[in-house]
Amino acid sequence: MNKTVNPKDLTSDDDYGPLYAARKKVYPQSVSGTFRRIKWGLMAFCLGVYYFLPFVRWNRGLGAPNQAVLIDLPNSRFYFFFIELWPQEVYYFTGLLIVAAVALFLMNSIGGRIWCGYLCPQTVWTDLFYAVERLIEGDRRERMKKDKSSDPMKLERISEIVLKHSIWLLIAWWTGGAWVLYFNDAPTLVKELVTFQAPMIAYVWIGILTATTYLLAGYMREQVCTYMCPWPRIQAALTDEWALNVTYRYDRGEKRTSVKKAAELRALGEQVGDCVDCYQCVAVCPTGIDIRNGPQMECIQCGLCIDACDNVMTKIGRPKRLIGYDNDINIQRRQEGKAPVYRIVRARTIVYSAIIAAIGGFMIYTLATRSLLDVNVLHDRNPVAVKLSDGSIRNAYTVRLLNKSGYDRVIAIDAHGPANATVHVIGVDSVTPDRPMIVIPRDSTSELRLLVTAPADSNQEKSIPVRFHVTDIGLGEVATATDNFVSP
Amino acid sequence: MTDHSDIDAVTGKSTTGHEWDGIKELNTPLPRWWVISFYLTIIWSIGYWIVYPAWPLISSNTTGVFGYSSRADVAVELGNLEKIRGDKMMALGAASLADIEKDPALLALARAKGKTVFGDNCAPCHGSGGAGAKGYPNLNDDDWLWGGSLDQIMQTIQYGVRSGHAKTHEGQMLAFGKDGVLKGDEIVTVANYVRSLAGLPTRKGFDAAKGEKIFAENCVACHGDGGKGNRELGAPDLTDKIWLYGSDEASLIETISQGRAGVMPAWEGRLDPATIKAMAVYVHSLGGGK
Repeated sequence: MNKTVNPKDLTSDDDYGPLYAARKKVYPQSVSGTFRRIKWGLMAFCLGVYYFLPFVRWNRGLGAPNQAVLIDLPNSRFYFFFIELWPQEVYYFTGLLIVAAVALFLMNSIGGRIWCGYLCPQTVWTDLFYAVERLIEGDRRERMKKDKSSDPMKLERISEIVLKHSIWLLIAWWTGGAWVLYFNDAPTLVKELVTFQAPMIAYVWIGILTATTYLLAGYMREQVCTYMCPWPRIQAALTDEWALNVTYRYDRGEKRTSVKKAAELRALGEQVGDCVDCYQCVAVCPTGIDIRNGPQMECIQCGLCIDACDNVMTKIGRPKRLIGYDNDINIQRRQEGKAPVYRIVRARTIVYSAIIAAIGGFMIYTLATRSLLDVNVLHDRNPVAVKLSDGSIRNAYTVRLLNKSGYDRVIAIDAHGPANATVHVIGVDSVTPDRPMIVIPRDSTSELRLLVTAPADSNQEKSIPVRFHVTDIGLGEVATATDNFVSP
Repeated sequence: MTDHSDIDAVTGKSTTGHEWDGIKELNTPLPRWWVISFYLTIIWSIGYWIVYPAWPLISSNTTGVFGYSSRADVAVELGNLEKIRGDKMMALGAASLADIEKDPALLALARAKGKTVFGDNCAPCHGSGGAGAKGYPNLNDDDWLWGGSLDQIMQTIQYGVRSGHAKTHEGQMLAFGKDGVLKGDEIVTVANYVRSLAGLPTRKGFDAAKGEKIFAENCVACHGDGGKGNRELGAPDLTDKIWLYGSDEASLIETISQGRAGVMPAWEGRLDPATIKAMAVYVHSLGGGK
């Protein structure tokens, strides 16, 4: 048998002892105040957008999807309000990701990890799950007492636990449900889901999202931020001395004393700190840390400790913001008797804003001016060139025409290359000689087989560049593609 | 026996007593759930042997208790696929060849279907893009021995050439030399005459009048006046720039003395009518036929 020795029984040399510490469960206490209100507001906004955006309609004309935001995988289209993206335009998402990354840098240089504290999905859903837990099981002390209770199997307690997990699962399930609605017409899919006629993949994704939401927000909580997420590590490298972080102003707080003793000492004219060691900041912290220990990797900068401390300061009649968004420079300056300085505009923030503006501007520009008519040409490989019975040379091409607009188009194809060459499209009788015309239905691609024939005498060179012009007869819009005309 | 009395200080677990360069191996047995799962898979595999075909025998195999067969599964899936494609292939089968080329949707379907079937059945001789080779016609050009209209192409695919099918294309290039109809110098003369018809350079001192006479007596019956060819017989046009077996003197002498009779199999019965139609449209679209 495997004999296990309690690590505590071992010699407590610094080199020994367990390399792994079990998680200490965090019981954040409810709090009210400015930052809590901001958090509620942002939570309502984020969840509102996430849950209800699929139901927003957008008229794109007959036959086109009327969902404002839709990722139409079967037809390879992405709709975002007035924007419709095709698969070859995924680089817009690359641009969006770059902007998002730089926006994170910008947020970080202004307010530290405000993303983590207010907007990160992990924070938003964990906060929601905590709210449910608090509503059912009570606040910090009650929850701690109930968890510690030696008789946990009372009917009342069981029903509480069952209710809590049911609501959690319901939220998680709705989260997964909202996710799949982005991939299909929402009202139709909802109807299919409740009548069990939706595609299997929809149920699979709902299952996956339900499980991850339930586990990450219900169980893993702050461990996701501390152990799974790389952002705390990255942001440490991005931050500088001007970034505003949730900071305990130790210059004002130390030394810590009780309220009564502080009053006595103040009456004697002695210097004492404002911190009364009430541990409210620790009690409300969702990652279970003590902000008074200085900046820490676990801190998600949610500002709840600021609210908790402010409430206490108000009660004991001391100025607010013993804990607040601040930086080390200002603590230094205050200790030296100088006025604090807040600098949001500095080289770093200017550069980040400029990058965001440049990439964003470029994206908007290309999006606004992008061509809704496109042509791709692929030269036949086997054979690359064909000699005809009268000695003339023919090259065949596969031409793909893209009509990204919302209307059918009549287009004409011209080829400029070898002298006196003629153009023919299989299946099309040219009305105008050597200028085949075809109709491309809206929002679709057409693949044509195109033959270019050059008379025998015009092909001295082995390879001649050939330019294909595709012209919209009605609007005059032109798309071009180049290839080569090869002689055997 | 391994010595379990040695306790690792960091984890508090016993070690196996094995040590390498001061690194000791912890005694960490497999978790019970893992071991139980392992035994369950063994039990499961025994059931598998019984239920499904598993053991190879000398000339067959055990069939399992339910007679399961993966081949039957594939047949069912193929059947389902046919059913899914049914409507579209039916439309292809119902439409006339000319209509298929005029309808972009049907043309796309016929080209896609034709291309895969061509790759499976025709590419070994005609090349993956129909470029052909010596003795195997290039399907991208405008020279068609048996006619290059949609209907003519379909007929050739359906019944083949010298394939043995009742409706096959017949006709062959006779072996004038082997059969003793023409003598060696006559063959050289007529070969040079044929080259002159196509505008190719001829041998020095070649007697054009003699060549014309030999041609008129032996070749005109099939290749026609002036060597313009005859599609009824599959006789090639000798005045154009396309030569199935080569236009140089040596190749022509070989053709005239040995004869030619290439074979194209008949595809009727091997491919269904709609597929043959798709293939005809595909081949026609390669070079636009004639």
